[in-house]
Amino acid sequence: MSVLHIVNKSPYDRNSLETCLRLAAAGSAILLIEDGVYAARKPSSAADTLQQALDNHPLYALQADLQARGLATDSLIDGIQLVDYDGFVKLTTEYDKTQSWL
Amino acid sequence: MATKKFLYINRKPPHGSIYALESLEVVLIGAAFEQAVTLAFIDDGVYQLLQNQDSSAIGTKNFAPTYRALGDYDVNRIYVERESLELRGLVKEDLMPLTWEDEDDDWAEKDSIHVVGSAELAEIIEQQDVILNF
Amino acid sequence: MSIELDGKSYETDEEGYLVNLSDWNDQLATAMAKADGATLDENHWEVINFLRDYYEEYQIAPAVRVLTKAVGKKLGKDKGTSKYLYELFPYGPAKQACKYAGLPKPTGCV
Repeated sequence: MSVLHIVNKSPYDRNSLETCLRLAAAGSAILLIEDGVYAARKPSSAADTLQQALDNHPLYALQADLQARGLATDSLIDGIQLVDYDGFVKLTTEYDKTQSWL
Repeated sequence: MATKKFLYINRKPPHGSIYALESLEVVLIGAAFEQAVTLAFIDDGVYQLLQNQDSSAIGTKNFAPTYRALGDYDVNRIYVERESLELRGLVKEDLMPLTWEDEDDDWAEKDSIHVVGSAELAEIIEQQDVILNF
Repeated sequence: MSIELDGKSYETDEEGYLVNLSDWNDQLATAMAKADGATLDENHWEVINFLRDYYEEYQIAPAVRVLTKAVGKKLGKDKGTSKYLYELFPYGPAKQACKYAGLPKPTGCV
C-alpha cells in the first residue's frame, strides 16, 4: 500500500494537517497522534474537513493520545479508527513508507 | 549499494530554526553517496529559496548561496509547491535561479526548480522509497 | 591546536583545519604543506585557488566527486580525474587541498 501520513500537531496551532490533506494522494492513510488527535473532535472546523477526507483516506487516531487529552470516543468524527501502540506499529508495516508532517 | 529514491521535504523558513541548514547538509551528504535525491519545498519552506538572503547581520552561517551548488551534486529535481508560493504572494521569479549542467547535452544549463501543483506533488511523494522531513 | 608562523599563532581544529577562514594566506598554506612533507607547485596552487573561489561562491567545500568534475571543466579534462588529483594530494584531494586552502573539511567527506 502507499503512504501512511502521520500528523502530530494541533490543526489550530500548525498547518500540518491542512498541508497533509492537500498533498496526500487518494488511498493513502492518515494517522493522528499526539496533539494531532484534537482535529478529530467534533463539532469543529477541523473535524468537518477530516470528515470529507474520509472519502479518500482511511483515518486513524492513537487511542492513548485521545485518552490523555480527555477526548471520548463518542466525541470523535464518524468513521475514524482507533489504534493502540501495537496497531500503530502494524500500520507502519502495512504501508510502504510513512510521512510525518512535523 | 542499490540506489534508492530519497525525498527531502522542507517546510520550515530558513533562519528561525536549524531545520533548513540541517536539511541542506544532509542532502549534500546523501548526494555524495550517489542516491537519487529529490527536494520538495512546501509551506514556509519556500522561503528557503528566496533571492537576496544575507544572514551576515544576524551572525549565522550564510547558507543561501549553497543551494546554488546543488546542481554540481546532481540534485536537479527541486519541486516547489505552487499553492505554497501563491499563499505567500510569491512567484518563481522571486526564487533563486537553481540550475544544473547536463553533461550528456554539451553541458547545457538547465533549470532545476519545478513549480508544481499539490496534486502533482502528491504523486511525486507516492513514488519515493524514503521520505525525510525537515 | 594551532599553527605558528612568523611569530603569529593561527587557531586550527584537531585535524589541522583553520578555524578562521580569514586567517588564510599563501605562506600559511605553504607551511601547512611543509608540515605534511609536501611542496606546493603551480598545479597544487591551481586546485587550491579553485577551491577558494568555489567556497567564496557557494559557501561550501565541494565533495571530491564534485571537485573532480568541476576541475575537469575549468582546468581541462586531463586534470579532472581522481588520479591526477590524488597524485597532487595523496591524503585525499578534497581533504588535503581544502586544508591548505583554509577551508573547513568538505561536507560529506567521511
